[in-house]
Amino acid sequence: MIDLLATQIALPDLITFLIAGCAVILGALGVILMRNPVHSALSMVMTLFAIAVLFIEQDAQFLAAVQVIVYAGAIVVLFLFVIMLLGVDKKEYLGKDQLRGQRPLAFLSVLVIFVEIMALSRGNWVSGAKGTVLSTSSPLSNVEQLARSIFTTYLLPFEATSVLLIIAVVGAVVLVRRSDVKSSPAEEPEELQTESEMK
Amino acid sequence: MGSDPLFSHGVTLAVILIVLVKVVVAFAVLLVSVLLMIWFERKVLSDMQNRIGPNRAGPFGILQTLADGMKLFFKEDLIPESADRAVFKLAPYLSVVPAFLIFAIVPVGGVIHIFGHTTELQVADPPMGILFLLVMSSISVYGITLAGWGSGSKYPLLGSVRATAQMVSYEAAMGLSIAAVVLISGSLSTRDIVTSQVGTFLGFIPKWNLIRLGVVPFVIFLVAVTAEMNRPPFDLVEAESELVGGFHTEYSSLRFALFFLAEFMNTVTMSAVIVTLFFGGASGPVLFGPGWIWPILWFLIKTGVFLYFYVWVRAALPRLRYDQLMTLGWKVLIPASLAWFLIIAGMQVSSYLGFGIFVLVLILGWLLSRASEIGGLSDQFRHSRGRSAGTKGVK
Repeated sequence: MIDLLATQIALPDLITFLIAGCAVILGALGVILMRNPVHSALSMVMTLFAIAVLFIEQDAQFLAAVQVIVYAGAIVVLFLFVIMLLGVDKKEYLGKDQLRGQRPLAFLSVLVIFVEIMALSRGNWVSGAKGTVLSTSSPLSNVEQLARSIFTTYLLPFEATSVLLIIAVVGAVVLVRRSDVKSSPAEEPEELQTESEMK
Repeated sequence: MGSDPLFSHGVTLAVILIVLVKVVVAFAVLLVSVLLMIWFERKVLSDMQNRIGPNRAGPFGILQTLADGMKLFFKEDLIPESADRAVFKLAPYLSVVPAFLIFAIVPVGGVIHIFGHTTELQVADPPMGILFLLVMSSISVYGITLAGWGSGSKYPLLGSVRATAQMVSYEAAMGLSIAAVVLISGSLSTRDIVTSQVGTFLGFIPKWNLIRLGVVPFVIFLVAVTAEMNRPPFDLVEAESELVGGFHTEYSSLRFALFFLAEFMNTVTMSAVIVTLFFGGASGPVLFGPGWIWPILWFLIKTGVFLYFYVWVRAALPRLRYDQLMTLGWKVLIPASLAWFLIIAGMQVSSYLGFGIFVLVLILGWLLSRASEIGGLSDQFRHSRGRSAGTKGVK
């Protein structure tokens, strides 16, 4: 089968894809199977990093960099920060469900999301365009092509997203700073998390 | 594969060999420079503190680091009982590897011709360029965070919690000042950033980004980078007067040596990055003799100045308090870098717009600082009222 694939794709690309793909799947399994929350978070870093490698293999250099800087560098670090600060880094007992029927419902919702993704990836009514393919033969670099597409064709969605993030930040700050709420140790990390979203 | 002319005629065996040689040479030079840097730091510090410093091993004690390294190598490798073994072992490598890799994107010289091939004197010139620095510094956060958590001990955990907050906060300011450099250079590639700084104003002022951007982004970058690599006065991560040794309290032997190596290697690479971004990197006038050697010499001289600067700062400045550190990061550096970024963007369009934005930024900055002052006062008021009424929980 590998011979068959190798005729379609260049061998270095194939090797990179296989290694990174395995790392993605192993990391994803680790996130749900590890008992310790910190180990789960680290598996997630592995998945995110391997996805960045896949991006580089696709010549999407900017996406790869942003993937690591934002997800691995800010978001998962803050997960870890909260886990460490709240001291929930204990192994959890997974024998019994917290809510009755939790697991079947979880499987059901995963199924629904899976079907939804499949449906959305076929249509184009969300963004109005069926994906923007950047050409690799263009004289402009990947970063320039991406910037042109974001700041011309998709300027409105881009700005709307930034406004959305600011609303989230302001909302979180307002919630945290209500004077009638008893202060709890969770206050600090929550504040930090919202600040990182600004990036 | 980036813009290195080496790859323009396809990848042959000779090309792979040249790349390998570059990697090995960069690795060796970086290691030797770390050895010298540790010796240099101890020697200069002792001069500033009116003592002799290392003077036993080799001439002027120059082999002291080697001796210390040997000693660490033969020490017992302890793993605490309450440690998370896998994470504890992983952490030092997560610290060291990014420190090495950042150096790969630093141009240390011009373009040379070797065995019929043309190549740039830098290990890699990827299109993502300077973003690689941010990628690697966001990975190196994990080294310190996990070292503290994995030790399963109180002080390391405190140190690593501090480290996480500090490094994540200052990364934002660092990224924004890099964005200013990228804006004016028009490219992410470190090689292009250096070549865009070649030339002079009025014939004698070098066209460095330091001058072209105004000094503000440089100062922000310098402070943010110092905080990012936990050098004094931002070394709260390992504040020995409060936290024993901080995140590496439980580490011994070779694993401790790796953290030590990473810290000093970061100092060397970050000095090189500062030179690349703001001081023209490996560019400068060719005075006499072969033309290819002068860029390397200029690069070494400029980097050396910053190495001395870091030692000097360590000797001269007291450590910040934690709240001062956070105030500086979030309330001064990030707004300042954002505002300066706006001004530079305005200047790119026209100088009228630039000065207009400058005035606007001044007014808004004044309003903002006034608002935060009033907010702080009302906070204090609420705090004192809450305390006198005997209720807890009011911030």
